[in-house]
Amino acid sequence: MITDGLRELVPAVIGVLVRRGADFASAEDAVQEALIRALETWPDDPPRDPKAWLVAAAWRKFLDAVRSESSRQGRELAVDLEPPAGPVTGADDTLRLYFLCAHPTLPAASAVALTLRAVGGLTTRQIATAYLVPEATMAQRISRAKKRIEGLPLDQPGDLGTVLRVLYLVFNEGYGADSTEHTDLADEAIRIARQLAALTDDPEVAGLLALMLLHHARRATRTGAGGRLIPLAEQDRSRWDTGMIAEGVAVLQAALARDRLGDYQAQAAIAALHADAPSTAETDWVQIVEWYDELLALTDSPVVRLNRAVAVGEADGAQAGLAALADLDPDLPRHAAVAAHLHERAGDLARAAELYAEASRTATSVPERDHLTRETARVRQLLRP
Amino acid sequence: MKYLMLKHYRGGPTPAVDSPPMDQWTPEEVDAHMTYMSDFAKRLVETGEFVDSQALSAEGAFVRHDGEGRPPVTDGPFAETKDLIAGWMIIDVESWDRALELAGELSAAPGAGGRPIHEWLEVRPFLTGVPGNTE
Repeated sequence: MITDGLRELVPAVIGVLVRRGADFASAEDAVQEALIRALETWPDDPPRDPKAWLVAAAWRKFLDAVRSESSRQGRELAVDLEPPAGPVTGADDTLRLYFLCAHPTLPAASAVALTLRAVGGLTTRQIATAYLVPEATMAQRISRAKKRIEGLPLDQPGDLGTVLRVLYLVFNEGYGADSTEHTDLADEAIRIARQLAALTDDPEVAGLLALMLLHHARRATRTGAGGRLIPLAEQDRSRWDTGMIAEGVAVLQAALARDRLGDYQAQAAIAALHADAPSTAETDWVQIVEWYDELLALTDSPVVRLNRAVAVGEADGAQAGLAALADLDPDLPRHAAVAAHLHERAGDLARAAELYAEASRTATSVPERDHLTRETARVRQLLRP
Repeated sequence: MKYLMLKHYRGGPTPAVDSPPMDQWTPEEVDAHMTYMSDFAKRLVETGEFVDSQALSAEGAFVRHDGEGRPPVTDGPFAETKDLIAGWMIIDVESWDRALELAGELSAAPGAGGRPIHEWLEVRPFLTGVPGNTE
């Protein structure tokens, strides 16, 4: 379709307008309007040079906005009407756009929305639908985010860590979604991460891209009929996307070879070991525990310790897993679910049933709660004489 | 994070303020109350936090299946002693604390004599459709 590739042009076109003297907020608005116009008209009347069309249309929208603003305020135009014949914007400008949209001063939901619009080239309506909020609410969220970063210079180096966090948030929101339903956020996150990986050689960007590809390769097998959650051990591994796994592994290996380990690379390494295994039993759990130790050395988080306890349970037996769990706060999310699993493996079905029931009561998502309710029922059935 | 702010006609903890029911207010007091609610919703659209707001009729019935080939059985109108939901507002906010802050503001809607009614609102987080990392 002619509008394929349209979204990829959006950040560069915003960059062109900013270089011509537009402020970021107005440039972004103008490009959004031009984008909506393109989506309406291109299917019937495709342009010969899509980028030039988009630049021209956005610049016109921008000038219209400036004119109506100046006539309202009785002020002179702040911008030359004739665009300077400046050089074409480069990769650095686009990269700075990522930093701005994920600026650390923005609340997470705002950074996500702004990134999807200005960097991802999605329309406000698409973003609103994906997050199940009214379009007016999403439009306001984006416009407030832009006000908040108003005046921040576009030419400062930014924080890559926050950009990666925003992309991973987007990806996780699309993790279990039905891709036919609306804009596929997981696909979007991967697409934007690919764009980002082409702009910077930071190994953590590659690490995140690899992590997302390795998770995404298993997507079709993670949920069954009616959105039922299927745990890793029961997934049909013959239906994993081997092409995507191969790409994820290649991206990860290239990143690890740079010898600058980070969180995302370590998590991707764990995902790669799972993707590589023919079954749960044949998984290299010892190496997975080692990667969790690396991850703990990088960031000592209770969530990592919890996941490590699961891996220890597989590598060294349920008792070792329970010992690894012993120091952790029982109020941690998913603590009860992990404890239930380990107690069941240790043979204490009564305790496991209690813990599964407790975990289902405290679950924060519907698929997780339903899964844990089924687990409770399954173990209670085993307990009946 | 999405939260439901549930408004009850009846039920919930003992009212903090002994406020007469709405049908005993003056028309101006009713208008002031409604305006407060709609201004509140408008403001949440502007902050990018509004999702939905609906009001329910106090009339209705309980319904249940009564076996193959039989019409469903109803029980109602609702008994005077039953907990009764009046309506709700759904918000999408950064934190539980922000949800409480907004519920506190909504509960200050004016009633008889223009004084805040201090009504109890039930605040409940939505379960998401997205499981966390469960592997």
